[in-house]
Amino acid sequence: MAAQPHGLIATFETAPEVYHAAEKVRDAGYKFWDCITPFPIHGLDKAMGVKRSNVPKFSLTGGIIGFCTGMSMIWFMNAFDYPLVVGGKPYFSPMFAFPVSYELTILFCAFATIGGMFFLNRLPMHYHPVLKHDTIHRGMDDQFFIVIETRDPKFDAARTRALLEKAGGKDIKELEA
Amino acid sequence: MATSADHAAPAILNEVNPPELPRAVLVENNRSFTWITDKICGIIEGKTPAWWWVCFIVACFVASFTVAGITYLVATGVGVWGHANPVNWAWDIVNFVFWIGIGHAGTLISAILCLLRQKWRTSINRAAEAMTIFAVVCAGIFPVFHVGRVWFAWYLFPIPNSNYVWQNFRSPLEWDVFAVSTYGTVSVLFWYVGLIPDLATLRDRFMAAGNKLRATIYGFFAMGWRGSNRHWSNYEMAYLILAGISTPLVLSVHTIVSFDFAVSLIPGWHTTIFPPYFVAGAIFSGFGMVLTLMLPLRAIYKLEDLITQYHIDCMCKITLATGTMVGYAYAMEFFIAWYGANPYEGFAFINRAFGPYAWAYWTMITCNVITPQFFWFKKVRQNTALVWILSIFVNVGMWFERFVIIVTSLARDFLPSSWGYYSPSIVEIFTFFGTFGVFSVLFLLFIRFLPIMPMAELKAVTPQADVHGGENHH
Repeated sequence: MAAQPHGLIATFETAPEVYHAAEKVRDAGYKFWDCITPFPIHGLDKAMGVKRSNVPKFSLTGGIIGFCTGMSMIWFMNAFDYPLVVGGKPYFSPMFAFPVSYELTILFCAFATIGGMFFLNRLPMHYHPVLKHDTIHRGMDDQFFIVIETRDPKFDAARTRALLEKAGGKDIKELEA
Repeated sequence: MATSADHAAPAILNEVNPPELPRAVLVENNRSFTWITDKICGIIEGKTPAWWWVCFIVACFVASFTVAGITYLVATGVGVWGHANPVNWAWDIVNFVFWIGIGHAGTLISAILCLLRQKWRTSINRAAEAMTIFAVVCAGIFPVFHVGRVWFAWYLFPIPNSNYVWQNFRSPLEWDVFAVSTYGTVSVLFWYVGLIPDLATLRDRFMAAGNKLRATIYGFFAMGWRGSNRHWSNYEMAYLILAGISTPLVLSVHTIVSFDFAVSLIPGWHTTIFPPYFVAGAIFSGFGMVLTLMLPLRAIYKLEDLITQYHIDCMCKITLATGTMVGYAYAMEFFIAWYGANPYEGFAFINRAFGPYAWAYWTMITCNVITPQFFWFKKVRQNTALVWILSIFVNVGMWFERFVIIVTSLARDFLPSSWGYYSPSIVEIFTFFGTFGVFSVLFLLFIRFLPIMPMAELKAVTPQADVHGGENHH
């Protein structure tokens, strides 16, 4: 048996076309499908039924870890491991430890945000069936695509193709896996 | 009923007949997506222009002054700079604060204007962020080499060392280490995240053109980005959060830089106005530098459709606003010096304006308070050459501001017996002069190899990106 294709890809010329087609694919009940767009289209998440991103959870965790790291590091260094008398000031106070902890909050939060974004997007992924499509270079330029994957329980080669055609998709092709 | 009342125009509108105020167009001449891609990628894909090589060679020559100055300092000792009691902070810290301040406009454009949904930021944010990073590089040179024995500069960071002594976290100078290194790191991350989709565009174009080597290099950094909307969703959230955390970051960095002075007891430094005053000054100088860089770039690459008169107007107005805030801070410092009734504080300010450094003080006032006032006039804002010249004055003025603050206060503090007069040595002058070369080398490499404008973001603000056909549904 030949390897199962990755899915079907349809081309759209304008942003409103892909937006309305996405609404139709969403309403048809597909789960494993995607839009390829050269820029984030305002409102497409809703049209696709994509839920709010989970990146903020990573950011919050990173920020909290950063703040605690700063405070505990300064306490450990200046009050515990090597108490150092400077100008009669206390060995530890959250006041003077604040600026550094604040910066570390932001630093850790930034790394967590970006790491979380890459993790949720499963990037880096340099090989992907979509990237093998002949005109995919236009997908980062001026064209829009909708991909419906074969692993979707509702996928049916003929019916999915008909849906994409009805939604206005042109040049519908099979993507090899 | 409330909805119908909202939608019906109030009767008064028919009487006063207000003019239609169309939203400013951000990409002129109704350019297509392909036009934007070709325009920005064409800069990278085309042959290296002759002017680029000329500028690059000149920039390398200028940068060699920094290399020579630093090499001489490391080989001899920090005494080759003009520092001597009582002025032990001078050009090094002046230059450090000057360059860090320039960086701040980049973050302001990319982060604060992003949060405020100022869409005009899109065409200038990439170059402004690059400017931020390169400015931080130039800034970092000075404190690192001012420590004297630069091979011990890692003592600044909490790394276990053979003395078993940790850093003193009660010192604002240690706060500064964390502030500036966090700022540099987060700026690079923010810049890189913004670059990913554009790097993917370049990867695909080089692949289609058959240039495998460049496709591989750009592709490596593009991380396999494929424009998936499920990715865009996380990406946009991450970008928004980065903007959200960069905003308090940029404000805190210059606040902490000002703590280096404000937490001390020197007259003229020990003031609570310093944090906001330094932040306003930083944004002012940064926008000066953005104008200095973007106007020639716009002319050379014919980017008038992307950096429109509206963009220049916006930048000039921010320069005017922050410049006026800086002017207000100068006045308020003087007022508080008198109102606070501290004779040393009062003397410090009289001395700034009328003492041995009066020339620097009045240069500062002229450049920072008077120059931006020209931006009130539309005629001035529309004259690109004049705007460029005024932006140079802003840069000069903000350098003098830091010089005035740092040097005048140290040169004449409490005891007249310990007063002095500081002049820079030739080594300092060379080192500072050279940093403009370092900055230019980095910036020239940037415009040659990376997309100078965020293509994906520019496309998103064009009318054809609007899926609702232009109707305002918010």
